[in-house]
Amino acid sequence: MTEISFYLTVALYGAATLLYLSCLVRATPCQAITARRVLVIGFLAHCLAVIHRFIAAGHLPITNMHESLSFFALSIVGIYLYFETRYKVSTLGSFVVPFALLIISGAGLLPTTIKPLNPALQSAWIYSHTILAFGAYAFFTISCAVAVLFLIQSHFLKKKNLGNLFLKLPSLDILDEIGYRCLAFGFPMLTVAIITGAIWASRAWGSYWSWDPKESWSLITWFIYAALLHGRLTTGWRGKRAAILTVIGFLIMLFTFIGVNLWLPGLHSYT
Amino acid sequence: MNIIVVGLSHKTASVDIREKVAFSPNSIEKPLRELVALEGIVEGVIVSTCNRVEIYATTRDIAGGIARIRRFMAEYHHLAHDLLEPHLYSFHGEEAIRHVFRVASSLDSMVVGEPQILGQIKTSYGYAAEYKSSGIILNRFLHKAFSVAKRVRTETRIASSAVSVSFAAVELARKIFGNLTDKTVLLIGAGEMCELAARHFLTNGAKGVMVTNRTFERAQKLAEEFNGEAIPFEELFLHLHKADIVLTSTGAPHAIITPPDLEEVIKRRRMRPMFLIDIAVPRDIDPAVNEMDAVYLYDMDDLQQVVAANLEGRMQEADKAEAIIAEEIIQFYKWVGTLEVTPTIVALRNRFDDLRRAELDRTLAGWKDAPADAEKRLEALTSAFMNKLLHQPTMVLKKAGQGNRNDLYLDALRALFDLELGTTETDDSLELEE
Repeated sequence: MTEISFYLTVALYGAATLLYLSCLVRATPCQAITARRVLVIGFLAHCLAVIHRFIAAGHLPITNMHESLSFFALSIVGIYLYFETRYKVSTLGSFVVPFALLIISGAGLLPTTIKPLNPALQSAWIYSHTILAFGAYAFFTISCAVAVLFLIQSHFLKKKNLGNLFLKLPSLDILDEIGYRCLAFGFPMLTVAIITGAIWASRAWGSYWSWDPKESWSLITWFIYAALLHGRLTTGWRGKRAAILTVIGFLIMLFTFIGVNLWLPGLHSYT
Repeated sequence: MNIIVVGLSHKTASVDIREKVAFSPNSIEKPLRELVALEGIVEGVIVSTCNRVEIYATTRDIAGGIARIRRFMAEYHHLAHDLLEPHLYSFHGEEAIRHVFRVASSLDSMVVGEPQILGQIKTSYGYAAEYKSSGIILNRFLHKAFSVAKRVRTETRIASSAVSVSFAAVELARKIFGNLTDKTVLLIGAGEMCELAARHFLTNGAKGVMVTNRTFERAQKLAEEFNGEAIPFEELFLHLHKADIVLTSTGAPHAIITPPDLEEVIKRRRMRPMFLIDIAVPRDIDPAVNEMDAVYLYDMDDLQQVVAANLEGRMQEADKAEAIIAEEIIQFYKWVGTLEVTPTIVALRNRFDDLRRAELDRTLAGWKDAPADAEKRLEALTSAFMNKLLHQPTMVLKKAGQGNRNDLYLDALRALFDLELGTTETDDSLELEE
């Protein structure tokens, strides 16, 4: 059952990706309603798969790479759907949904065996720490996509290159607002995730902070987004350079999330 | 029944001719009544805009109908027939349908894709419906034209891009600011172009206008016109940060806004983007400011290039629109075809049935010792015979009605059986059947 809904999800995300991309390249106006519907169904199938696995494992299914990637994709799609509904920006989907497909396909290639949770980690803190961390990751993913769109659109406007893509992309203002919202939601979530993680660590491992690679890189990520938010709140910092830093922040976040687990063994390695 | 179109447009007649034949909407009832009173004209709609005057009508007699409407257009306006004749065009059949679909879809407009024409035709149709000069065919025809126009509008980008410099500026602003409701426009200098653009920004929701000019009185006058605020020219840089959209057209010999000027302004704006439009030649704004983050500068050439590209795009979209229209013509033609065929079938059946009944009555009247059930049996026999006989021709006719070559069959049948068709008024039942 978990398998079926998981592969159904992959297929639906794949279909949604094609639909969103075709909408982006087609010359005629296009509302991407079908793409959105397919994505919603895929999202529901994904929720089902995660819930099912939750019941089967008896704990939140984010204890190995397969589960983590799957949960990451779920958070991205969920938050994306919120922004698409709120701001009517289906072109954003042409960038976010393929990424979600990539992540969930990656999850599909990894071993799916359920392993019992290390007794040291069995605690209610798992919910607040991990869910908040994944939420923050998903918000930062969207903010990166928005920043890329901002850079493209701004480039078009500066170079007076007003083609088909220019017409389809949202206005700079909407992109800026979505980006700011992502930051305003994602940053506090990351902050609380790090704090709850520290508390949980002190309970499980006996120390609040042990300079585990994951912890160090999280801190770097935190500093970048802190700088972005600080700049925004004090001087209204935005525009091209802020967008570039957002993309850099995302790449570092991605390394914190995936790269550290793959290449830098530490307390957070779970395989 | 045939649809015919007679008219003239900006393509065939200059404005001095067009204004002579225009029908005023205030007194449209009279010409509509006279139009449908013409011999052979059954339904009529008059479309009269500043770029075209056209009459859509239905008639049985194509050549006669067209000739009478051509004469009507001249006579109604007390013009010499010869004066108008070279400017008039007329269409019938498929060409008439194509023409009206193209006009409604704004493919025949002076500025292809302009949105007003559809509304104008709808209004004209409204008058015709009100004064009952249009009937089932034109009703159906024009509603079809409206839906075709809507399809063209949603499925192609024929009308999605600005084709005037000031509209292009508004559209660019929308791509920067999203909506313009809380945006302020600053006019530096005066000039027709500038004022027109400012007006467009205001009608598209901009919050307010500030005006500055070297002569403060002119600024005040213009500000009054826009219900805005006049600013002394020397204080420009004290107020520049409040403007989201800046339009400049001063006669200054060199740039009045340079990158160093804007540094401070951008800081005060907390880096919110600014849209600068420089209409002046020589330019008022140093082109280098376009390199600054959060500043988007367009000069007259840039805007004109946008407009040129948009116009070209519209031409490409027009091809797609033509394809949609071709598709819709086929569909509509099918309906017109069945409209022609059904009355013929009904007339044919009626003729056979009348003959059958007459013979039946005569036989029964002369049959003294007829058994009790004779009438019932004969009735059944003759009906079955008639139905069997008519089945094949009916099928062929119905099929022919879907195509374009039904005239041959219809003419032959009408001649062979001496059929007389009712007028369209009796065709109301067809509308219900659809």
